[in-house]
Amino acid sequence: MTGLNTIGRSLLRDDADILESSSPGSTRVSSNAQRLKSIRSIQPGLVLAWFVMAVVVLWALFPQWFTGYSPTAGVARQQLRAPSAEHWLGTDALGRDVLARIIYGAGNSLSGAFVAVGVGLLVGTTLGIVAGSARGRIDGAIMRGVDVLLSIPQLLLSLSIVILLGFGIVNAAIAVGVTSIASFARLARSEVVRVRASDYVEAAFGSGGTFTRVLLRHILPNSLTSVIAFAALQLGWAILTISTLGFLGYGAPPPTPEWGLLIAEGRNYLARAWWLTTVPGIVVILVVLSANRISQSFGKARA
Amino acid sequence: MSRYVIGRIGQAALVLWAAFTVSFVLLQALPGDAILIKFLNPELGLGPEQIAEIRASYAADSPLWMQYFTTATNFLTGHFGYSIHAGVPVGDLLLANLPPTLWLATLGFLLSLVLAVTLAALSALSPFSWLRSFIQSIPALFISTPVFWLGILLIQVFSFQLRLIPVINPGPWEALILPVVTLAVPISAPLAQILMRNIDHVLTEPFVAVARAKGASHRWVLSKHVAKNAVLPTLTIGGILFGELLAGAVVTEAVFGLNGIGGLTQRSVGDQDIAVLQAIVVFSATAFVLINLTVDLLYPVFDPRLRVRQGALA
Amino acid sequence: MSTVITFKPVSTAHSNAPVLEIGHLAVGYRGSDGFQRVVHDVSLRVRPGEVVALVGESGSGKTTTAQAVIGLLAENGRLEAGAVRLNGTDIAGWSQKQLDTIRGSKISLIPQDPTSSLNPVKTIGAQVAEVLQIHRRGSRAEIDARVVELLARVGLSRPELRAKQYSHELSGGMRQRVLIAIAIALRPALIIADEPTSALDVTVQKRILDLIDELRREYGTAVLLVTHDLGVAADRANHIVVLKGGRIQEQGPTSEILASPRSEYTRKLLADAPSLGKIRAVPRARSPRIRGSDDAIVVQNLVQDFSVGGRREAFRAVDDVSFTVQRGTTHAIVGESGSGKTTTARGIVGFQKPTSGRILVDGVDVTTLRGENLRRFRKTIQLVYQNPFASLDPQQTIFQIVEEPLLNFDPLPRDDRARKVHAILERVGLPQSVLTRKPRALSGGQRQRVAIARALVLDPQVLVLDEAVSALDVTVQAQILELLEELQQALGLTYLFISHDLAVVRQISDTVSVLHNGRQVDSGLVEDVFLRPGSAYTRELISAIPGQRNVSPR
Repeated sequence: MTGLNTIGRSLLRDDADILESSSPGSTRVSSNAQRLKSIRSIQPGLVLAWFVMAVVVLWALFPQWFTGYSPTAGVARQQLRAPSAEHWLGTDALGRDVLARIIYGAGNSLSGAFVAVGVGLLVGTTLGIVAGSARGRIDGAIMRGVDVLLSIPQLLLSLSIVILLGFGIVNAAIAVGVTSIASFARLARSEVVRVRASDYVEAAFGSGGTFTRVLLRHILPNSLTSVIAFAALQLGWAILTISTLGFLGYGAPPPTPEWGLLIAEGRNYLARAWWLTTVPGIVVILVVLSANRISQSFGKARA
Repeated sequence: MSRYVIGRIGQAALVLWAAFTVSFVLLQALPGDAILIKFLNPELGLGPEQIAEIRASYAADSPLWMQYFTTATNFLTGHFGYSIHAGVPVGDLLLANLPPTLWLATLGFLLSLVLAVTLAALSALSPFSWLRSFIQSIPALFISTPVFWLGILLIQVFSFQLRLIPVINPGPWEALILPVVTLAVPISAPLAQILMRNIDHVLTEPFVAVARAKGASHRWVLSKHVAKNAVLPTLTIGGILFGELLAGAVVTEAVFGLNGIGGLTQRSVGDQDIAVLQAIVVFSATAFVLINLTVDLLYPVFDPRLRVRQGALA
Repeated sequence: MSTVITFKPVSTAHSNAPVLEIGHLAVGYRGSDGFQRVVHDVSLRVRPGEVVALVGESGSGKTTTAQAVIGLLAENGRLEAGAVRLNGTDIAGWSQKQLDTIRGSKISLIPQDPTSSLNPVKTIGAQVAEVLQIHRRGSRAEIDARVVELLARVGLSRPELRAKQYSHELSGGMRQRVLIAIAIALRPALIIADEPTSALDVTVQKRILDLIDELRREYGTAVLLVTHDLGVAADRANHIVVLKGGRIQEQGPTSEILASPRSEYTRKLLADAPSLGKIRAVPRARSPRIRGSDDAIVVQNLVQDFSVGGRREAFRAVDDVSFTVQRGTTHAIVGESGSGKTTTARGIVGFQKPTSGRILVDGVDVTTLRGENLRRFRKTIQLVYQNPFASLDPQQTIFQIVEEPLLNFDPLPRDDRARKVHAILERVGLPQSVLTRKPRALSGGQRQRVAIARALVLDPQVLVLDEAVSALDVTVQAQILELLEELQQALGLTYLFISHDLAVVRQISDTVSVLHNGRQVDSGLVEDVFLRPGSAYTRELISAIPGQRNVSPR
């Protein structure tokens, strides 16, 4: 598990807000600051990121379009073959085509990541919105609960949940999702609180809006944009974490093709078959990088 | 002591208690039974009565609330119970496994600091914008790299290809080099990103323009004005980084086959050794809470803006 | 200028040589759509001891020009052509390293926002000392002594204490004094003052400008004063340069520019600047005032307390304020920051329950309303905010924004709603084409018109305008004020006009209350209060309005 969502979390520490000082007369917007912001031009990186994501999604949906080999059935006399024209990424110890295992693995990794983000997004955001809108005691209770969740290291928490639910890709995904509830809740709450304090929300109340209407029409739409950007960031993080659980042996059982498991299986042949571990790792990196890049562009669009 | 400090400590204690309770409930709810896993092994040839006796000795059959209170009071007095699997006090297990993990984590953390500061400084000092955006994209790559894969890659390159570090029987320091690097790289990435983001942000502050207008050079501004303002906010993620370090240590120890808390956690998960797991959770939650508490209490010492605020509350 | 000569005995011919001479300056920024030039062919001179004001609205290139002079353009900015001669030496092509040797010592800067212009984690003393250290002036002890001396010179009490304090422990005015101390520390030939008082209250503004004037005279320093406020320029500059869209519209001696402006734009600026003493020749056509006959707003003994930082004792933001506003007239609440003017307004609109006192709006006691009754009441009174960038939901279209209040009350059929939105948009002078756009595609003035349209769509009796024109450029401000006046005539609206700007208040209101630290220190008809101020504070406020001197300093 890496520090991928540390940044996201760091944004959520309340202490960071203390440092923001507001100044009088700041409404006269400096034109230079705006100029500096708009330097970005065409973004080849972003295009590439979407391309990578599209390919991986296609792998997940229609793996058979991309490879004729089976991801699980090996060929007896073709063990540990180096990459060649026949097997572009070589074969593993059981004679299975590595590329096929990577392509078929996309489905497991992606669906797992979506389940994980879904759990975090749904539960966490709901908690955060309730806390931010209700304020007072409900807010206090929810946020203390979130503090507790945050105080248990994520890997320990997800391990405990995996044991509780049983091993497997879906359970691993749920466990990963649960550990991200706290982050989503904090972000959603701080966004709701931020939007609530804005002039346009007060103006909406001032023109006779009821609480529900203002919540639905202003607070939610304006809070959720950054939550969505965070969800995209969490997608990359979830792919990484699920592969970590897979590597440690808490994810999908063999012979399921799953990227973390692929790397774990290749570990025993490090000296003889570098392709078993190297290539799946690069695929993971590319996908996670792409998800992060896309998330970043969401965040920019908001600013 | 001011009310703020007392309140903050109270809050920390509350979070700890809740973490203990949550982990207790969670672990009690586990479907497996450590005692059965260990003692129902046919080779041991234990009869049902004997197993019942063992269960009684671990107080495994007393009501849940009673177990909760006994465990809680035991934890408060520093007794973490007995590992069902290893049959030794959990405290001893922790003590035995803590030093290697602490070494790994400390060295990893220091190296990640060095990496992060170097990257941030390089980016801030680079004279070309293309070079800066290149340096700024490095942490994104680090962040996207699976820790376990990085460890494997390092073994592959340095031990198998270059044969710089022996796989079998390396010296104590040699054995630490690759794990420390493995751990440090992903930890350094968020630190570097936050530092870079803060530096970029502080550089747009009007007080930087004022300093430049005094005749200060870019380097002068970076070292005398930007550094402190950029580093201060990174303190607030201290607790989170600790969590990442611990998680990183678990994975790193698994990859390199090292002993430590990570290995212990892995084994206890496999054996469903609840007492050990509970102790590890409470131990790491305590460390997390203490780190956050220290950061919160120390922050005003470094940031004059908060001193007054707290003075007012005192 | 006799003091200058005693300080720096130089020949008259030499002293007349410009300190700064900008020749055909062109500056551009690299943006997403290529390179964009924002300053075109700007030429001007600043002689020793002289104040030259660069006047313009936002986007006029005045700040960019100033930044180019001191070599501190934003990273994507580039000085494309032209010369910047400092004492005869062209520094336009100098590297940052070369510029570092003259910044602080030959040219210095007084920045716009004193709050963010001081490093929050360094002491005041360290920040003043820094300029001396960079240019290696003296030993540590000498520098320390000089810092205290400088802080005393700029009028800070207890300078030894101030040197040890941090920025947040000082008020805005004190911070600006510190920044001035930094700027004058090495007696530079030229000081660039970039909107040095825009973020300050008007009485503080006057004191700071006086200080800059005094120091300039004492040291013989030339000042390039960047300002959006023609009144400030009129009071303080010998020479005015009017910029628009990066081009010089006209320049010349202050008295000439004020008396006989040549360019169309300058004439417009002068006409629109409320501070330049443009008092309505004809008094407002007021409805006959019969006391108590038809009061739209009655405020009696309003008190508002806030609890501070969880402590028991309360902070009294509004202390016993009373006034009445007759229907169809404009009442202004004037005060500086912290005077309680906004708090009063929020109580009247019903966003805050007052601690005590009575507020009647259209005969209804606002303080007793809650829940559904309060919601219904909002139809009668609407608030327009200061910052039109923050008061419109960025995700809604203009149509949705203006339509929304209608949805909150007795539902109208869709067609009727659309008709109402179209009509009100026309009323506030916006083209129908903006309806499908989002706020970010609109200018500040257009946004404020949208905000007014939203407020008016419910046909309220009373409009509360909380600094509603303060963030706008002066020409836009004039348009909005005109619009407000027009709407009042047509719809018989009652305005409560919250402002810090006495010049604007004098222009638009019938009656006024002056607040100071939560207390009402003056109230009555505008002309009465202006001509016969009832308190020392009001007198000070009035005398601080810039643009009254209309003569260049000697």
